[in-house]
Amino acid sequence: MTAALRFDPIRLPPKCEELRKEVRAFLAEEMARGTFNPFKPNREDTDVPEFSRRVGERGWIGITWPKKYGGHERSFLERYVVTEEMRVANAPTRRFFVADRQSGPILLKYAPEHIKMDILPRICRGELCFAIGMSEPNSGSDLFAAKTRATKTDGGYLINGTKIWTSSAHIADYMIAIFRTSQPTKENRRHGLTQFLVKMKQPGIKVNPIGQITGQHEFNEVVFTDHFIPDDHVLGEVDGAWKQATSELAYERSGPERFLETYYVLTELVRAVGNDPDTRSAEGIGRLVAQLHTMRRMSVSVAGMLQAGKEPVVEASIVKDIGTVWEQQLPHRVRDLAAFVEETAGNRETLERQLDFAIKTAPKLTIQGGTTEVLRGIIARGLGLR
Amino acid sequence: MAESDNIVVETAEKIFADLADPQTINNDRKEAWKVPLWQALSEAGLPLAWVPDDLGGSGASLADGFALLNAAGRFAIAVPLAETMLAGWLLAQAKIGSPEGEMTVLPANPKDRITLNPDGSLSGRVRGVPFAKAAKHFAVLAHGAGGVSIALVDAGKTKIEAGLNVGYDDSDVVTLDKVAPITVKPAPKHLDQTTMMLIGGVARSLQIAGALESMLNISVRYSNERVAFEKKISKFQAVQHNLAKLAGESAAALAAATSAADAIANATAFNDEVYLEAASAKIRCAEAAEKGGAIAHQVHGAIGFTLEHILHRYSLRALAWRDDFGSESYWAVELGKLVANRGADELWPLVASR
Repeated sequence: MTAALRFDPIRLPPKCEELRKEVRAFLAEEMARGTFNPFKPNREDTDVPEFSRRVGERGWIGITWPKKYGGHERSFLERYVVTEEMRVANAPTRRFFVADRQSGPILLKYAPEHIKMDILPRICRGELCFAIGMSEPNSGSDLFAAKTRATKTDGGYLINGTKIWTSSAHIADYMIAIFRTSQPTKENRRHGLTQFLVKMKQPGIKVNPIGQITGQHEFNEVVFTDHFIPDDHVLGEVDGAWKQATSELAYERSGPERFLETYYVLTELVRAVGNDPDTRSAEGIGRLVAQLHTMRRMSVSVAGMLQAGKEPVVEASIVKDIGTVWEQQLPHRVRDLAAFVEETAGNRETLERQLDFAIKTAPKLTIQGGTTEVLRGIIARGLGLR
Repeated sequence: MAESDNIVVETAEKIFADLADPQTINNDRKEAWKVPLWQALSEAGLPLAWVPDDLGGSGASLADGFALLNAAGRFAIAVPLAETMLAGWLLAQAKIGSPEGEMTVLPANPKDRITLNPDGSLSGRVRGVPFAKAAKHFAVLAHGAGGVSIALVDAGKTKIEAGLNVGYDDSDVVTLDKVAPITVKPAPKHLDQTTMMLIGGVARSLQIAGALESMLNISVRYSNERVAFEKKISKFQAVQHNLAKLAGESAAALAAATSAADAIANATAFNDEVYLEAASAKIRCAEAAEKGGAIAHQVHGAIGFTLEHILHRYSLRALAWRDDFGSESYWAVELGKLVANRGADELWPLVASR
């Protein structure tokens, strides 16, 4: 029998809606201030340190974490609302988002107390940027193939090797990375990987930018040459990182950022067709809205499962699979529907500029954070097929 | 399937398991299963689940009734349970009690109209009415000079042209030529044909989601049994990925349908937010029926294309249910108009309101 794939219709409680209003007001203020322009997606201004600090001041980073580490002990559902409002507004969240979603929770679980006390409050204040060191040349989603070595030495480890596709490494203060501490065993292919906290901008770390087809710079190659990491920067069990990594995937895979990355083209299409659309435009928009609404209801439902302390790995993989395929197709569908938009549509230029950028962005959406193929493998396992 | 803690659903599932086993029904060319199944459902008060006690029904909540329809979809039940429930619900909105026996609702298509004439009789020709031939009574929503009315009509007084939908279930054309209703009363203010269609559409969405859940289950089971090229086909990555996509479609359908059912069951008014939920459910479930059904057939290969196999009971019915109470194309146009009319900057607030 298959896993029970239930997505209960969780509703966001009233205090989430209060928070939503606050976030919208804040974002409107920031746009008015000129911090960012939501209609200019081809933005080189995605790294805005002051914006991060102001979000931190509002208490919206580390929102679910314990107060003693600078967090706010609020719910995952509140976190959800902040994330989706930021994403829909195209806000420049790059500097704090990875730490908020992933790195912070890993530190909370596995870092020694003095490191938690040092780093977590700074994340919450929006002062720190994190990168994730998973992929390597010739590994990517195949984490077992990671080769970068951490060799035991006096008081710590020496790191040698290369990470790649590392988003934000060029601006990051820290990276949480997986390195090989021993060889896999015959019985356990997953053995031998260990998670480390890496302090960037230190000797033995060189960051090389990699250009992207969007024209933006996010990716980097990170080369480690005898880089020293002290013992207390080991996160969790030596050789046991695989187990740690998989249980965190639900956080990375089900959030609103997994279907809203190209959302802005839909808004602009609706703006372009005006309030009296022809049948073809109306039908196209109606279908896209129905699909969006359904995904969001699934995603909120998974947030509810996380709030209830569950580990919905299969459900989260389904949301990411459907969500990323959707946000990848969205610019192309919008392009189809925009074919007959009147020349006089007021936002025509904006729509075209955004479509151009979204179409270039689309190919990466089903790759980042676990490829479609890997996700479908996880779902298949959940169905009892492997 | 997770065991339900809902007593209405539990009762129904027990009856379905005893009297509506899909394989048994599939083999029974004389359709001898129909009478005992309907009798058991009636004795349990399920067809009139949505009719309050004081009007002769069993007074279940909207939520429980919707869950019951999802269970009916999991068994691809081919008796007018959903139709009688909807008819009973519609009649109850005008405080009209429900008679015994099978019923269905008219019209079943948002663009069809039935007119309440000045002399109190009803006229109109409506298409695609599910189980009209099997029904003893019709619950009719009609338009007259005084607005919207609800009527109970003796099916024998109407002209029925029999037809079949793509799932081989009755889908008939009904003509009312100045038919005198048994009872006719004004509809409450909030109720119009759009509301009735959307509630019917949500009922169909839950049935489609149920059918997809069963298609997923039988496809997974089959892939673990069938051997080809010396391996169980479940071990082929291409098959695994297809089944993962089917799981996604099934999950999306269930999420959309249960969310819409929850929205309607808790609605204080049929506003834009509830409209978004109900229309989206019908659109998304219909899309899932197409994509998911195709995968289920692909996994089953030729055997799933035979009348001997039960797959078509789910796949064809899920496809047929797309057409009732407004197709996905119809609702997509309507939802698109609503979104365009509210304006671009109101789209996200609408989506986020749910």
